[in-house]
Amino acid sequence: MNTNLDINHFLDQDQKKDLLRLLTAGSVDDGKSTLIGRLLFDSKKIYEDQLSALERDSKRMGHAGEAIDYALLLDGLKAEREQGITIDVAYRYFSTSKRKFIIADTPGHEQYTRNMVTGASTANLAIILIDARKGVITQTKRHTFLVSLLGIKHVVVAVNKMDLMEYSESTFNTICADYKSFTTTLSIPDITFIPLSALKGENVVENSANMPWYHGKCLLEFLESVHVVSDRNFEDFRFPVQYVLRPSLDFRGFSGKIASGIVRKGDELMVLPSRKKSIVTEIITANGTTDYAFPPQAVTITLKDEIDISRGDMLVHPDNQPRFERQFEAMLVWMDEKKMDPNTQFFIKHSANTSRARIDGIKYRVDVNTLQQSDCKAFSLNEIGRVVITTNKPLFFDPYHKNHSTGAFILIDPITHNTAAVGMIIDKLNTNDIPSRITDPETRRMIDSGQSLIGRDELEKRYQQKGVTIWITGLHGSGKNVLAYNLERRLFDSGATVVLLEGSTVRAGLSRELDYSPADRAEHLRRVAHVCKMLNDQGIIVVASFISPTESIRQQISEIIGNERFHLILMRAGLDYCRTNKPELYLKVEKGELRHLPGVDEAYEMPESPQLTFDVTEKQADVEVLMAYLAGQNIFPLE
Amino acid sequence: MADQLNNYSINNLRELEAEAIYIIREVASEFEKPVMLYSIGKDSSVMVRLAEKAFYPGKVPFPLMHIDSKWKFQEMIEFREKYTKDNNWDLIVEHNIEGFEAGIGPFTHGSKVHTDVMKTQALLQALDKHRFDAAFGGARRDEEKSRAKERIFSFRDKFHQWDPKNQRPELWDIYNTRVHKGESIRVFPISNWTELDIWQYIRLEKIPIVPLYFAKKRPIVDIDGNLIMVDDDRMPAELVAKAQMRMVRFRTLGCYPLTGAIESEADTIEKIVEEMMTVTKSERTTRVIDFDQEGSMEQKKREGYF
Ligand SMILES: Nc1nc2c(ncn2[C@@H]2O[C@H](COP(=O)(O)OP(=O)(O)O)[C@@H](O)[C@H]2O)c(=O)[nH]1
Repeated sequence: MNTNLDINHFLDQDQKKDLLRLLTAGSVDDGKSTLIGRLLFDSKKIYEDQLSALERDSKRMGHAGEAIDYALLLDGLKAEREQGITIDVAYRYFSTSKRKFIIADTPGHEQYTRNMVTGASTANLAIILIDARKGVITQTKRHTFLVSLLGIKHVVVAVNKMDLMEYSESTFNTICADYKSFTTTLSIPDITFIPLSALKGENVVENSANMPWYHGKCLLEFLESVHVVSDRNFEDFRFPVQYVLRPSLDFRGFSGKIASGIVRKGDELMVLPSRKKSIVTEIITANGTTDYAFPPQAVTITLKDEIDISRGDMLVHPDNQPRFERQFEAMLVWMDEKKMDPNTQFFIKHSANTSRARIDGIKYRVDVNTLQQSDCKAFSLNEIGRVVITTNKPLFFDPYHKNHSTGAFILIDPITHNTAAVGMIIDKLNTNDIPSRITDPETRRMIDSGQSLIGRDELEKRYQQKGVTIWITGLHGSGKNVLAYNLERRLFDSGATVVLLEGSTVRAGLSRELDYSPADRAEHLRRVAHVCKMLNDQGIIVVASFISPTESIRQQISEIIGNERFHLILMRAGLDYCRTNKPELYLKVEKGELRHLPGVDEAYEMPESPQLTFDVTEKQADVEVLMAYLAGQNIFPLE
Repeated sequence: MADQLNNYSINNLRELEAEAIYIIREVASEFEKPVMLYSIGKDSSVMVRLAEKAFYPGKVPFPLMHIDSKWKFQEMIEFREKYTKDNNWDLIVEHNIEGFEAGIGPFTHGSKVHTDVMKTQALLQALDKHRFDAAFGGARRDEEKSRAKERIFSFRDKFHQWDPKNQRPELWDIYNTRVHKGESIRVFPISNWTELDIWQYIRLEKIPIVPLYFAKKRPIVDIDGNLIMVDDDRMPAELVAKAQMRMVRFRTLGCYPLTGAIESEADTIEKIVEEMMTVTKSERTTRVIDFDQEGSMEQKKREGYF
């Protein structure tokens, strides 16, 4: 008996196979479960038959010939939905004599967009099911869009239930033509059409006699032979340092997974962000050292020179560097049940780096069914759109379409720690597109470290006042400017040193390139806040009158100026009053000529705890209340 | 080298290996106090080898922890001691002392109580005691239908509970490792491996495994169709009296009174694979505890066993 020899041969062959990860997408009842069942169980049967040739007594239970409901063999998604179990991505495994496969099985409904996106993120190939009776439908378009969004390069359009259409070639051709016509705008390099019947097993693992007009491969044969290795990026070497290995003083290795490109022993590498260079002395794999390495190997690299390198740094070839930026545009998919709050400082995880990030603006939302773009203020679950993101630390990235590993990221909610969104980087921004960001700890630290030779007490003594900011918030037309000018006049008359800042003058000069979008408004207010801070630092009182519509933005302004120097005054007035008081802008917004007016198409949040609140009443009285407040706080006049 | 299919691609096992190593390193980088749960089974043995590789030539920066129910096969304990010593591992062995002193055991209290007290509770106590914030487990998605959707990073609340509604999406190879104080993550680096992959890898890497996996003549008692081995003198005498020497092996290892053997001649890895490929029975059917209650895997997962 040479059984042992044969099984050894089998195992050796099995080991040489490569791995294909695929995604299946289809609407309910298109036959997805039936198809997957076929693939899993028919391929297993064939596989076992091959093996049982070397069996003396097969204990296998034969299941050939019997009619089996293949869909039942799976842990069907339908059943789960009925039982109220969370619908998710299910991973299934099968193997043929040529390849191993991992199927990401995801539901097709619109409410499961995030699940499909998840399954697609690791797939080399997608099977999109079409019911031959229905042809290309909305769902097909949505599935195809998601597949192209996630950058899957190979799509198999499985036209199922051909048995119900009398195996008609013309039906098949019409569906192919329909499909092709709407995919021209999507960048999917490789699309293959296969007519089949999952139920009858035709053109699934064996070619069908009922469709002699089809000369292509059956599905399984295609899956076994499709070439995917070259889909990997072997051009641009990117090695995000995941872990620094330092077992002894004389060994220092940098571990990680090769994201893309090829590295060779002796290569000169550059470390980002330090830009120091060194030579590769050794590449250690899980199985000894090697002369070169490529994706997706996990290796440890040692360098000739002692350079300080830590997790999150990236090794690259000096003549081929990634982008190194804090701002970029990306396609974002919202994954969280919690709706997006534009003021959140998310955590961003990108390769081996974690930083903070804000979504500075939404360029548009894409309707996943029609691919139409529309305006959007904040995403809800499963919504997709193009955004501008600013991070605290610069990231090393490449556009996602060139490099999935360095172009993908996730956003993590800072409070719940859920994965709020996932993104694919389009590219960095044109410099003149750079949006606003408001607080930035790094520059703040630099400002704080400025050292004047004049002490605070000296300033207070000279001016007889404390340098603070009286920040007046309120709707457009609430009368806050009138109050501000009156206060300035009154302070000046009493001998105080005071500066007034107000929206239209600052916008005419200092912020002239900014518009009224939330991102630009934030940047505008950031500038104002820094001016206030500088003036206060010089001992000068600032009266600032700005709508500053949200708690979050006022909080950030207060942080910049210094919480103890920031005195918030609310000018409270109803929208009706404001509209009558200053109708021009309100009219324009109503006519759609203008956007972004707080209280109308943008939220205005009343401050929760202002130091003083005024209702639109007698202006002069208000000023006296303010003067009394300043005296009471020992701001002016100083005792 | 067989690992490389052509100049720039690797075979499926090496790809799975790279994926697992990446996951293990990620946890070591992002968590303060990880631990690797060590069941002494074949999947654990593979996972442990992957960890050794991930930090080669350095030492693995986290310990192994075995939850000893005090009813493990003796050969498992011997194997554990030798392997961890030979390979320079930090080993933590924990058990539920109160349960042990109260005399909880499968023969007296039944498998359900035993498993709950001596395994699940013991594990949770140990995790709390050491304040581990991440624990590696050797579970695989193809083991069982209900695992097909399990995350690689599986989130647990303060009470170590698994809430199916509260799991995070996993895209690409970017893992969200952020937890609040007291919460933790179970990590399954070999999620994508099949049983065949495990055997292949053991064969390829010559990974030592507990000899119980290989067929041998052993003293066996047939209890309601389950082939239970006489491993020590705690088995009731009336059962021991029925023991016969039979050629058996174990497909999974656990507490000896709860783990059934199968009759088999397979005394090499190759023969085991051959047997496995031709007997279409799900792997876990020989683990007695599964018969206790409907959907017990799902249930245990929620309670924090996995
Ligand atoms: N006639 C025919 N029926 C099919 C075919 N594929 C699937 N079906 C049937 O369509 C129904 C839905 O199939 P199922 O696989 O559950 O669809 P899923 O919802 O996409 O998973 C079942 O009754 C199947 O038997 C096919 O190729 N031909």
